[in-house]
Amino acid sequence: RLPEHVQVDDPAALKKLAKKLERQQVPLRSDYGYKVSLFSHLHQYSRKSPPTLQISIPATVIHPSIVRLGLQYSQGIIAGSNARSVALLHTFKQVIQDYSTPPNEELSRDLVNKLSPYISFLSQCRPLSASMGNAIKYIKKEISNIPSQCKEEEAKGKLQACIDSYINEKIILASEAISKYAIEKISDGDVILVYVWIHSERKFRVIVVDSRPRLEGREALRRLVKKGIRCTYVLISALSYILPEVSKVFLGAHALLANGYVMSRVGTSQIALVAKAYNVPVLVCCETYKFCERVQTDSFVSNELDDPDDLIVTRNGKSHLENWQTVKSLGLLNLVYDVTPPDFVDLVITDLGMIPCTSVPVVLRVKNVDQ
Amino acid sequence: MEFNVLVEYFRAQIRGDPDVASAVAAIRSLLEFLRRDQSETILGLRENMTQAIRRLEETDSSVAVSSGGELFLRFISLTSLEHPDLSQCKNVMIERGELFLKKISLSRGKVGKLCHTFIKDGAKILTHSSSRVVLKVLENAAADNKRFTVYVTESQPDSAGKRMAQKLRKLNIPVMVVLDAAVGYIMEKVDLVIVGAEGVVESGGVINKIGTYQMAVCSKAHNKPFYVVAESFKFVRLYPLNQQDVPDRFKYTADILKTVKDLNQEHPMIDYTPPSLITLLFTDLGVLTPSAVSDELIKLYL
Repeated sequence: RLPEHVQVDDPAALKKLAKKLERQQVPLRSDYGYKVSLFSHLHQYSRKSPPTLQISIPATVIHPSIVRLGLQYSQGIIAGSNARSVALLHTFKQVIQDYSTPPNEELSRDLVNKLSPYISFLSQCRPLSASMGNAIKYIKKEISNIPSQCKEEEAKGKLQACIDSYINEKIILASEAISKYAIEKISDGDVILVYVWIHSERKFRVIVVDSRPRLEGREALRRLVKKGIRCTYVLISALSYILPEVSKVFLGAHALLANGYVMSRVGTSQIALVAKAYNVPVLVCCETYKFCERVQTDSFVSNELDDPDDLIVTRNGKSHLENWQTVKSLGLLNLVYDVTPPDFVDLVITDLGMIPCTSVPVVLRVKNVDQ
Repeated sequence: MEFNVLVEYFRAQIRGDPDVASAVAAIRSLLEFLRRDQSETILGLRENMTQAIRRLEETDSSVAVSSGGELFLRFISLTSLEHPDLSQCKNVMIERGELFLKKISLSRGKVGKLCHTFIKDGAKILTHSSSRVVLKVLENAAADNKRFTVYVTESQPDSAGKRMAQKLRKLNIPVMVVLDAAVGYIMEKVDLVIVGAEGVVESGGVINKIGTYQMAVCSKAHNKPFYVVAESFKFVRLYPLNQQDVPDRFKYTADILKTVKDLNQEHPMIDYTPPSLITLLFTDLGVLTPSAVSDELIKLYL
């Protein structure tokens, strides 16, 4: 069974979704603009019309901090899977704080039901990432494990503590562990290509690769230059020119799938492919909470389409693509993710240590045994 | 027990039984060290053991001694040592140590039994340098009344291949020594390649005598199966990305590491073969594909 967010071109699935959202009193967001036919099964929203416009506070069933979070997601104010997960968990803490069990209801069941419309609303604002999905699964499990004789205040306190420890262990400490392992792999005199962010003290040069429309590399560049590391900044089109000088490539990941494929920002698989052709080792840094049990072999089935208007650029006062909607045969495609096969990745650095890409199912198995 | 005495004991073990794997000799010495150790606390005991392993690594810089030592230490301290009495704890550790030693002494036999069925009657086998595990495999195959020929590379700089050829001749196996440079030439004649390993790394690749990588690349180009035979105590928690990434302490012999200042002038004794070139690994844990090695390592170490 396919998840509904990849069945946008199926009218029956759309009708089911509309009915569900109506029941939960969550506004339905309509798609924007012409979609390229290969991706017509995915949603495409415009940043100018967030679903929050259709909500009137306070007459809404959705908690105001969730509305604020949804707006921050849809406008791109909070971006990046770690930032989104942490923001989500903090907002859930707020929600749990303000929650009060209605009479004749059990906290463990009612709270989970209360969270469902929030999650639908958030996924209308921006499709959930794999890391957010794992975080939500964890919270739901913790809530349903609360014993029924537990008093409300005690239960709330327990849940807050659980969320805090999850954030601390899986996100903050994990990234420290990953930097520690990554540092071992950097030797003096190395030239490193990054499409992600790292801190260390060895003497090395960094080449930051960036791509439109997000240009997230600029932030990484700013931080590296502040630390005094020698940097070079290139756009992704200069990749094959710069690769002969590079000794290692460090990439970040959005999620690691069960068949060893790496899901990451669009452009990552391109970098991995060209690096393989030049025999440059490719290392992916990823926390274990981003490992998911999904399997995917291509970037089409499940992806995210960002606002197509982001591709419009104004140079010398002229924006050529301004009226793209009037041209019937023109579609703008702003893909967010792509999928890299494990043959192009040499090593995955996680908080559990360094593993090959093919060992992701082993880690998932070990984690399930732990839980 | 003094560290010099430990090193002497280790050297004596190797002299006494030249057929024993260096890791097994190291573990026997460590067990003896454990028996004679005089520390008052568990922490002190662990400190001494770690020091002892380091001293043994300085004597014999092969990867197997390092991995065997670490696995030994993990195995004996895996039980929850909750006895308040130190001597009781020590007894438990010694018992587990002896169990470990017994297990690994049998591993070479297990590997031999697993692998020899892959050698068909009339096969031509290529091997590299001198490996006691490969010798055991070929011994088992010969005992099974199979007829096969073996080509061994000379394996400079220590001509270990010639020693291997002598041992094979004693078993009445037809053998021919070839130059290291003749691997590409001979590859079209052979049916399969079997090599030993000094260490098996996390990616599923192997560290072995220099020349192994070359042989693996040639066999891939000719589509010949490349088999590695190794005992499980050789599994080590390293993850080299390329030849440069292998730590210096494994690349050169212990004497060179102590005397020479500029290692760039020295020639390394080992190289790293990536998992993409290896068909199968035969270990006492079973027949594994290179990607399954990481699975086993996670089970052994985590």
